[in-house]
Amino acid sequence: MLIQRLTDILSSEITAPEIYRGRREFMRAAGTLALAGGLGLQVADAAAGVKLAGTRPGPYGTSEELTPYKDVTTYNNFYEFGTDKADPAVNAGSLNPRPWTVRVDGLVNRPGQYDIDALLKLASLEDRIYRMRCVEGWSMVVPWVGYPLNELIRRVEPLGSAKYVEFTTLNDRARMPGLRSPVLDWPYTEGLRLDEARHPLTLLAVGLYGETLPNQNGAPVRIVVPWKYGFKSAKSIVRIRFVEHRPISSWERAAPREYGFYSNVNPEVDHPRWSQSRERRIGEFRKRKTLMFNGYGEQVARMYTNLDMRRYY
Amino acid sequence: MSPRQFTALKSGLFLLCLVPLANLVYGLIADTLGANPIEVLTRGLGDWTLRFLLITLAVTPLRRLSGLGWLLRLRRLLGLYTFFYALLHFASYVWLDQFFDWAEIGKDIVKRPFITVGFASLLLLLPLAATSTNAMMKRLGGRRWQVLHRAVYAIGIFAVLHFWWMVKKDITEPATYAVVLALLLGMRLYWALRSGPGRHGVGVS
Ligand code: HEM
Repeated sequence: MLIQRLTDILSSEITAPEIYRGRREFMRAAGTLALAGGLGLQVADAAAGVKLAGTRPGPYGTSEELTPYKDVTTYNNFYEFGTDKADPAVNAGSLNPRPWTVRVDGLVNRPGQYDIDALLKLASLEDRIYRMRCVEGWSMVVPWVGYPLNELIRRVEPLGSAKYVEFTTLNDRARMPGLRSPVLDWPYTEGLRLDEARHPLTLLAVGLYGETLPNQNGAPVRIVVPWKYGFKSAKSIVRIRFVEHRPISSWERAAPREYGFYSNVNPEVDHPRWSQSRERRIGEFRKRKTLMFNGYGEQVARMYTNLDMRRYY
Repeated sequence: MSPRQFTALKSGLFLLCLVPLANLVYGLIADTLGANPIEVLTRGLGDWTLRFLLITLAVTPLRRLSGLGWLLRLRRLLGLYTFFYALLHFASYVWLDQFFDWAEIGKDIVKRPFITVGFASLLLLLPLAATSTNAMMKRLGGRRWQVLHRAVYAIGIFAVLHFWWMVKKDITEPATYAVVLALLLGMRLYWALRSGPGRHGVGVS
């Protein structure tokens, strides 16, 4: 285990040029921030993200080309702000991600309310460059900022009876215009098995491209589970609950035949209405082959050795 | 309307029907279609196929309601544009979505109901386009031509189903098209029933 960790870190250091390329974007953002600071703007008012200081390169990096900031922040599925992928960037201004608290409760020894600023300081922030594969057949490469969700989980000390974790997204019509339309059963909820939630790849993300999360990407705090289809990664979360029984997530409730609880990226198990064998990487012309577990099989496959992935899609 | 006025009108309409395509092509070149331009293109062409289909289907009721006989003489142009946009939509699927992987395309047509009905609409459009000339109309005879071209009702239903079955969750758009189609077909049904069983079918096309 220890040796594997070391090689992971090593390989991420080899990808330094990619991180560097991202940094140039960071510098641009830092300039924006300096300007905002000069104008005396508060964090909550700044339209652009605010630079997150003191991040360090995290493991599991990829050397693939980053999806441009503009595409990452204008092509989003976030139904709380509308069902078109261009909607969130237009409508998410009203989210107002500060102040913000996340309630952590359920089957844990130390439940609590976490202020976003406390969450930001809970563990050291890492730059994690992950592939993101949407169930609709497109993908991106996103440089997230965050830390393993397990940093939070181990602090709240789950009880032995806790088997699953449920995430709940904010449910506030005044701040999320899309909630007025009953496309999904609000609030948006998602869930993971406890071992999945504790996996070192699973991220509690607070930023991307070195800045705080733009509203349309799930500000101020979200989950990122890179080996599962994107909808498993709940955005703008207000609650993390530890439970004994498998929760039913929003998409599963909406269409159980199409969106299973696991929703691991799997090129061999098609969505009932379209193939999952290939994907369009945003910015590329030709489609590319979809990788098992989105290319993270080495890290996660062993969690599913006893699972029939056709049945538990 | 004088013949000259009609020619001008028809030429104007011909050009107008090219505007959606020009818009998409311009967007591709100017890179204003967003993060996933290919999706916007394929879907835009699909949208316009359906819109042209419904516009074509609106000609007969409009003529009947307005009494403007010359409207009927624009119908062929609109129908052929429907076919033109359908071909482009299909081409963009075959090329930009599947990259000429015919095995994969065949599997899609058989396995995915939304593709199956889309493909059925395209197939049904083929004989209608092929028999759209005056010569073909003559060869078939008005009555048989009319019966054949009733396939357009099935095309409309398949096309709306195609869109309905494609969307992930938000059915607002396909439902809107479904309402328009239901109105256009419902009017025909109403008129057909009212004109009595003896004259069934006359004026229905
Ligand atoms: C008369 C025939 C057809 C009509 C009216 C039609 C119409 C449409 C419409 C309205 C859409 C949705 C656009 C949107 O989301 O805004 C669509 C999508 C689509 N159509 Fe068709 N279509 C037809 C034929 C076909 C055929 C023959 C195929 C392929 C064999 C096809 C493949 C597709 C695909 C793959 C999409 C989804 C595109 C994407 O998700 O990017 N269509 N079509």
